[in-house]
Amino acid sequence: MLKAEILLAALANGLLTGAVYALIALGLTLVYGVLHIINFAHGATLTAAMFAVYVAHQTFGIDPYLAIPLLAPLFFGLGYSLQRWVIGPASHGDDGNILLVTLGLSIVIENALLAVFRSDTRSIEVPYGFEVVELGPLILSLPKVIAFAGAFAVAGLLWLVIARSDIGKAIRAVAKEKTGAALCGIPVGHVYAVTFGIGAACLAVAACLLMPTFLVNPRIGNAFVLVAFTIVVLGGMGSIGGALAGGLIIGVVESLSGLYLGESLGQIGIFLIFLVVLLFRPTGLFGARA
Amino acid sequence: MTRLAIRRLACGPWLSLAAAALLLAVLPALFASSAALNFLGFVMVIALAALGWNLLAGYGGQFSFGHAAFFGMGAYAMALLQVRLGLNPWLALPVAVALGGLTGLATGFLSFRAGLRGSYFALVTLAFAEVFRILANAMAFTGGAAGVLVPLRIGAAQFQFADKATFYWVALGFVIAAMALTRLVERSRFGAQLVAVRENEEAARALGVDTVRVKLKAITLSGAVTAAAGCLYAQKSLYLDANIAFGPWISVEALLAPIIGGLGTVFGPLAGTFLLLGLGEGTKTLLATLTGSAVPGADLVLFGALLILAVAFAPRGIMGVVAGAAARIGGAR
Repeated sequence: MLKAEILLAALANGLLTGAVYALIALGLTLVYGVLHIINFAHGATLTAAMFAVYVAHQTFGIDPYLAIPLLAPLFFGLGYSLQRWVIGPASHGDDGNILLVTLGLSIVIENALLAVFRSDTRSIEVPYGFEVVELGPLILSLPKVIAFAGAFAVAGLLWLVIARSDIGKAIRAVAKEKTGAALCGIPVGHVYAVTFGIGAACLAVAACLLMPTFLVNPRIGNAFVLVAFTIVVLGGMGSIGGALAGGLIIGVVESLSGLYLGESLGQIGIFLIFLVVLLFRPTGLFGARA
Repeated sequence: MTRLAIRRLACGPWLSLAAAALLLAVLPALFASSAALNFLGFVMVIALAALGWNLLAGYGGQFSFGHAAFFGMGAYAMALLQVRLGLNPWLALPVAVALGGLTGLATGFLSFRAGLRGSYFALVTLAFAEVFRILANAMAFTGGAAGVLVPLRIGAAQFQFADKATFYWVALGFVIAAMALTRLVERSRFGAQLVAVRENEEAARALGVDTVRVKLKAITLSGAVTAAAGCLYAQKSLYLDANIAFGPWISVEALLAPIIGGLGTVFGPLAGTFLLLGLGEGTKTLLATLTGSAVPGADLVLFGALLILAVAFAPRGIMGVVAGAAARIGGAR
């Protein structure tokens, strides 16, 4: 039998990791909610952001947390441009095409990173990398606690933008009825691109929060992206609250199945949830309708 | 013979296939180096996988992102039936192909019954492939992370060919058979129903097409053909591990080749594979000579860019470009 403390520690770690998963899933669910497409380049964009954090730290000596205000706008611009000038025009407005174009983008980004950085796994060293926070019987890694808080802060900010700002109103209008929104004078192409940009900016923040404890290699995005898909599907496509809850659930499931099934089978729990939800409840736990 | 008659013959549904088969069969005479023959054999394996994908996506409009599930099922079944049960590979082959078809039927049953389409279907197939990859990587039966080695027993009776040209001809036989199957499907009632599902599923159902059944038939055939490619791969390399057999690379190549070659055409997958792998090899060699060392991923960057360009500018692929050019020449005359 496993001791209660080990179980508790696994739970807490699962929640901490889950919050970052949720942050990664936020961008994906937002893009899905507005454009009704799945962005297959999401994982590769995350990898690119993680390498950007790596380069910022190794070359310019910028702390990963201080890189947030630099990289978030940079990746917003990147996401905006990709949607506005590559994905949009190349797909001729067809959903199947968007799927293929984003798949193509993910292949290009991932392998360009491979060509430049090679397949070595890299990590950065920060002075606080191994500091811990003691919380009752639990000993938690400080960077992971910061990432947990950061993920919730970004989710709150995102919710504020969507619920309160003008661009948020435009995004919601386009998500509901794009033809109607266009007739009201909302520039749909611009709103699509802004949504994509926000998604990419979320990834940049996630990358900054991840790098102090995670490692990076050109294929790392794949490991996250299926997890993010699972969260999005579980939480209900397009739901921000759903993504947060889904992320935490998945983090705990991964941690617990890793504990009980061992490292190599740990991820299988995630995929099984993914398949079961997709096959039997495609609207997710919190989704109202398909 | 008049020009018209010649053209009618050349464009005949079966004659063009026979002509292509003849042309491809003499290729080893032109490219006799070991590297070239190895490349040709590999092209045939990928083309076969791509032909399988094309049956489902090209004709039925169901874009799978996880055909590695079928490829890997075929490859692992072929290898494990020989290694674990001592079956002759010629007996293992039909079993492995049938298992590939069954895997297709099972995944199709689950996802089509749940009404999944578009990006949902793409995601679910991707997840199935990943589940298989993780399982094959973790189970002792499949050799775990160390993979499976098929013992070297060269001889036609063992489906192992010392001569690379012979392997190429055998693989070519499979490819031509799959193309003939595609042609048969295209000209059948089932094929017409499949295309109707691709063009407009609701309309097809309204006309009385049992859309789930049609899609199930297509994914079963598709899985079986791609599993056959896996079998060939197992016999070609005599070694498998989960990241090779169930890896995302094969899902991507099986999808790229038909899109670049021409979706929903008999020749598209083969033409696309030749172009894709040819360009890939070319880029790798060029970059290696320019920079003095191999640049990993360079060929895949090109593949991804080609996918985007094909979707943007040539939605009907090489076959579409060729048909367009032919029509223009014909029109100018």
